[in-house]
Amino acid sequence: MLAITIIMSMILVNNYVLAQFLGICPFLGVSKKLDSAFGMGVAVIFVMVLATLATWPIMQVLNKFDIAYLQTVVFILVIASLVQLVEMLLKKYIPSLHKALGVFLPLITTNCAVLGVCISNIDSGYGYFLSICNAIGAGVGFLLAMVLFAGVRSKLENENGVPEAFKGVPLTLITAAMLSLAFMGFSGLFQ
Amino acid sequence: MLTPILIVVAVGLVCAAILTIASKVFFVPVDETFANLRAELPGANCGACGYNGCDDYANALAEDHSLSCSLCPVGGADVAAKLAEVLGVEAGSADKEVAVVMCNGHKDAAKTIMEYKGVQTCSAAKQFFGGLSACPHGCIGLGDCAAACDFDAIHICDGVAVVNRDNCVGCGVCAKTCPNSVIKIQTAKNLVVVQCKNTDKGAVARKACSNACIGCGKCAKTCKFEAITVENNVATIDPVKCKNCGMCAKECPTGAINNMRIKKAPAAKPAEAKVEA
Repeated sequence: MLAITIIMSMILVNNYVLAQFLGICPFLGVSKKLDSAFGMGVAVIFVMVLATLATWPIMQVLNKFDIAYLQTVVFILVIASLVQLVEMLLKKYIPSLHKALGVFLPLITTNCAVLGVCISNIDSGYGYFLSICNAIGAGVGFLLAMVLFAGVRSKLENENGVPEAFKGVPLTLITAAMLSLAFMGFSGLFQ
Repeated sequence: MLTPILIVVAVGLVCAAILTIASKVFFVPVDETFANLRAELPGANCGACGYNGCDDYANALAEDHSLSCSLCPVGGADVAAKLAEVLGVEAGSADKEVAVVMCNGHKDAAKTIMEYKGVQTCSAAKQFFGGLSACPHGCIGLGDCAAACDFDAIHICDGVAVVNRDNCVGCGVCAKTCPNSVIKIQTAKNLVVVQCKNTDKGAVARKACSNACIGCGKCAKTCKFEAITVENNVATIDPVKCKNCGMCAKECPTGAINNMRIKKAPAAKPAEAKVEA
């Protein structure tokens, strides 16, 4: 039950992009087309879960030696290597998926939402299983935000009534703000 | 003190070891043709071929040999021939392409309607005031294209962009930059061009600029090769049918059609007479 609560709260209430403002760069950058936004979202779910699988045990080691302050450095190191490894594996065994994810996979290395998930797992004191649930929820939330935003943007792109001064980036930022406001409505739904 | 250093070093070493082993174990042979193709491409990464840089084009070529070898306008025919040699196919014809400015509204021809002191870029002027001259279709003349050009091939002379055909590689960056879409990419062998894209009716167009195409249709009647059509009050030359005879340029009453073969002094005599009128 707790697992479901965590997943739902990460998707709706504590959505990484729209409520915690992590991973804004791909959110604004890769949301022009619906299919690439979807690809990015799926890749993020994948990497978030993998990164959690790897960083949670490492944190136990760091805690044992009482050097938890090295968390950020070690996590970034591990996540970057992990993404590289995954890329090699995909290239060798699932070339079609590698091609579909394309440039998004290396881009995720620097996505702060991934590091954010790993750190929030530790800070919230979740166990291994709950951490993985947290990662899945965060990833799905990211995917949801990306797909919603890309859908809105692609509609707005073809709109003629947009005033000259709002075209492009200003409209994108306003749209993002409104989407974020809408998600504020979910607050209090779960803990 | 020593433990944290050792642990971080150990984590780093383990990651490095895993990655090194993985890169050997999961090694995917790089296509040799790709490397050879990439070596022949100029590496300007301008994207004019339609791919994301030279790597992407080489990759696409290596995968699909039926793809045209002549997509790279920077390298032109030389590179196309070399690429074809690597692939062992016939080189397609790669006509050199250049940018053509479809506006001749220099300072004396197109009426300036304001003294613009704002941000000195065409896109800003276009966004706030729709351009600086009476003609809303023409070259704004603040040089966004010149700033965008990597090859020093386009400059503003007398308030209108002019292409240096020797330097131009036809990458099309200027055409994408121009907020009025005044620049088009065309084969370099087409020397006679309509330098106007004003679609207003004749009288309105002429009031705005003395070099405007007024859509009178004299050129279309003169042309022996049926290469010219007048649509929306502006003449268009079909680059395939045009034989560069230059008769239309002679016949044009306003100077909207120009023959690049004849090097004209800028701001020729009709300009003075019409500015007064």
